[in-house]
Amino acid sequence: MSITTFLQHCLTGISLGGAYGLIAIGYTLVYGILRLINFAHGDIFMMAGYFMIFALASFPWPIAIVITLVITTVMGVVIERLAYKPLRSSPRMSIMISAIGVSYLLQNLATYLFTAIPRGYPEIPLLKRIFRIGELSASLVTLMTPVLTIILVALLILLVNKTKTGMAMRAASKDFETAKLMGININRVITVTFAIGSLLAGIGSILYFTDRMSVTPFSGTLPGLKCFVAAVFGGIGNIPGAVIGGFFIGIVETLLVALGYSTFSDAFTFLLLIVMLLVKPTGLFGEKTVEKV
Amino acid sequence: MDEIVLKTEHLTMQFGGVVAVDDLNIEIPKGHITALIGPNGAGKTTAFNVITGGYVPTNGRVIFQGEIIGENHPRAKMKKIYGGKDRSLFTRQVVNTPDKITRLGMARTFQNIRLFKDLTVFENVLIAKHCRINAGLLRATFRLNRAEERSMRDKSRELLRTVGLEEHLDEKASSLPYGKQRRLEIARALATEPSLLLLDEPAAGMNPKETEELASFIQSIKESFSLTVFLIEHHMNLVMDISDKIYVLDYGETIAVGTAKEVQNNPAVIQAYLGVEEA
Amino acid sequence: MHTRRNTILTIISAALLVGLLYWLHFNRTGNGMLISILQKSAILALVAVSMNLLNGFTGLFSLGQAGFMSIGAYVTAILLIPVSSLEGVYYMSGVHPSIRVFKVFLGSLPPWFQSLYPFFALILGASIAAIIAAIVGVAVLRLKSDYLAIATLGLSEIIRAIFSSPQLDGVTNGSYGLNKIPGFPKMFGGLVPSLVTPFVISAICIMLIVMLIRSSYGRAFLAIREDEIAAEAMGISLFKHKSVSFIISSFFSALAGGLLAMYMRSIEAKTFSIALTYDILLIVVIGGIGSVTGSVLASFLVTASKEWWLRFFDQPLDLFGWQVPLFKTGFRMVIFSILLMVVVLIYRRGLMGTNEFSWDRILGRFKRRKNAKGGA
Repeated sequence: MSITTFLQHCLTGISLGGAYGLIAIGYTLVYGILRLINFAHGDIFMMAGYFMIFALASFPWPIAIVITLVITTVMGVVIERLAYKPLRSSPRMSIMISAIGVSYLLQNLATYLFTAIPRGYPEIPLLKRIFRIGELSASLVTLMTPVLTIILVALLILLVNKTKTGMAMRAASKDFETAKLMGININRVITVTFAIGSLLAGIGSILYFTDRMSVTPFSGTLPGLKCFVAAVFGGIGNIPGAVIGGFFIGIVETLLVALGYSTFSDAFTFLLLIVMLLVKPTGLFGEKTVEKV
Repeated sequence: MDEIVLKTEHLTMQFGGVVAVDDLNIEIPKGHITALIGPNGAGKTTAFNVITGGYVPTNGRVIFQGEIIGENHPRAKMKKIYGGKDRSLFTRQVVNTPDKITRLGMARTFQNIRLFKDLTVFENVLIAKHCRINAGLLRATFRLNRAEERSMRDKSRELLRTVGLEEHLDEKASSLPYGKQRRLEIARALATEPSLLLLDEPAAGMNPKETEELASFIQSIKESFSLTVFLIEHHMNLVMDISDKIYVLDYGETIAVGTAKEVQNNPAVIQAYLGVEEA
Repeated sequence: MHTRRNTILTIISAALLVGLLYWLHFNRTGNGMLISILQKSAILALVAVSMNLLNGFTGLFSLGQAGFMSIGAYVTAILLIPVSSLEGVYYMSGVHPSIRVFKVFLGSLPPWFQSLYPFFALILGASIAAIIAAIVGVAVLRLKSDYLAIATLGLSEIIRAIFSSPQLDGVTNGSYGLNKIPGFPKMFGGLVPSLVTPFVISAICIMLIVMLIRSSYGRAFLAIREDEIAAEAMGISLFKHKSVSFIISSFFSALAGGLLAMYMRSIEAKTFSIALTYDILLIVVIGGIGSVTGSVLASFLVTASKEWWLRFFDQPLDLFGWQVPLFKTGFRMVIFSILLMVVVLIYRRGLMGTNEFSWDRILGRFKRRKNAKGGA
């Protein structure tokens, strides 16, 4: 492979990684506070893709984007209220089964409403404009994604570290029960967490599907799981870690496909997960906790 | 000279920068009741956890019935930050999981009761008999060990009768009142047929009358099951009443050893408890 | 108390069920749909019980069932596809020579082996899965519950990727899948017709699992589920017992996978995606996590409903000339998903909770109703 091709693939990989990173943040935020692997997160990402298809059919693209993001965010919050809140004091297995159930429901709902036949994702001409840098060429969306990701993550880190809401989120992720006792409105914190996660998933969805041709009801499963691995890789509960994990997986996956091992690109991610869980379960930047007997 | 059932040598447990147990050297004589006391956070439960195999010690050795069941010295990261003493005395590493140590004859109860909540009282005790089973997986599955199974059930029932819980056999463990739950935990530990019984704050949450009953209960089971008892407690009356020997811990360090009378009048002990004096 | 009566009742019901199956065997034409649903239910019941052993009784939340099923399915299929069909099945890259040689060798063994061959295939597939489970378990079983779930999910996907990879075309036929798999064999020289075979095998396996659960080891599993740390303190080796549960669960899941291959006559890696594991999880949850009876009942209920509802909810419905909205393809799955959520959120204990079947309870209920009517 020539240097140019390699760099071209790297560029694609970084772009993919950016989208993955945004989605991974949703997992890491929710797990940090609720200790829940939100299996439905990937399907929220998938639904956002469908929302965009229908929004773009009726509205000009700037408005369509806003509508999609709003609906996606609302959907995430509603899911939390209906499916996770009632189980907050139940054993962990129950809430995980609920998340799987929501994922199942969303996939079947999408199949019912939109059929399993891939739906073409419409093009936003502006985003698909090709730019050339030296010998490399890429569409605007490919170039934009990593930049946008880093800006959003920086904003998010500012929010978490400098605002009151952010402090509440950090407190809740350290010690849920005590945070409640200290008067923090846990419901609001959780709602904000899911809202942010879903919003970022929506943005990630737009960036991801613009470069793909189509959406199916199952488009969210694999990316969803991969993004969870990214979150684990970076250290579950750690925001920059999740993004770095996303970039890492995005690049490796793209390179594997380019080298001809596409069937293994998915398996690689899971292998990475298992290796991580065995060698360093707290991830690259995670913290260790000791369980008191 | 009594036989020493449990002995620790320079046992030290360090978490990160905190030395929770510092250079613990205890000897527990057979057939006696030894107590470990000290203010909250002194490291008593941590010591229990190290002795029973829950944690690997940072340094030191644990010897049970003449056999070394745990030994370690500071290694890797701990080498740099180790804050205890005598690190060069121990060269090997011996690690045993708690279940292995229980099968060697050491049983324990927990500070926050850890019963099998959704199972019945009877099942809680019966399960504790599993570690003494002779039948392998296949024999047990095909019930080729009928006699053994019946014996386990009979012994469990007998044990529950001894502790006075036989009328609650089929009730869920979580439905018992607090005091009876503590007794069930002790019965469960006894079911593993131990020679040394470790009790972690058995009187926690009990009123004076219940504590008195517990005191005689501990003494009677010590006799009937030929046990050695090692207990952590805060209820001074219970400790002074039944203990033959007392170790006092404060911030991980041993500040006094002796009989009840000796420890009561020890100024260091009095100071550690900040004015808790026996009137 | 009423053990004599209960045993008689059980024998009578078992006889009735067996009678029904034999009747179906002699009246195959016209009952194809019913037979098919019952057979699939029996196979899924076995997987559900295996999953329940691991998740419900030992408390290990594992989502890797589909992976182990696929191992059993592929091994069974590769062993059972007739040598004469190999060319046709592996039409793209040709079958790996060692497999052909092995199968020809097996074909040359005496007739008594040939009649036992399908069962040999099933058990070999299950054993291979068990060995893999043993190896993987060493690494995976010490993970905390949520991590275990996703690790086993990942494992299932890795297995699927391996089976469908082009590199293994000569063995698994890569992404083209395997077909021409023979159906269920007869048992005991025809005493048990092929139609009844899956029920017999499934029943025997489920009985074995129940016997395990009722033994002292089964109780140790419960202890681990309730409180790991306390279980360990009571002398129960966590690693040993978790491994046993994991290995046995995988063994029977794979055996069921082999039965599934015989049922479907053709398989591909896609069949064993995460969706299959979710389907089993649905059955386990609806039946009640921790109840074997629940898993069996739910398996029949869910499978039958899905097929029946397929014909009802998924087709446009005309009521007196008015087209009822919502009824089109995919509607039944939406209803199922909602049902699952209802069970998870409201009827949390599922059909049976953690209870098993008992004649005392059923007859007791009838007695109470009778007394209520006849009394006061």
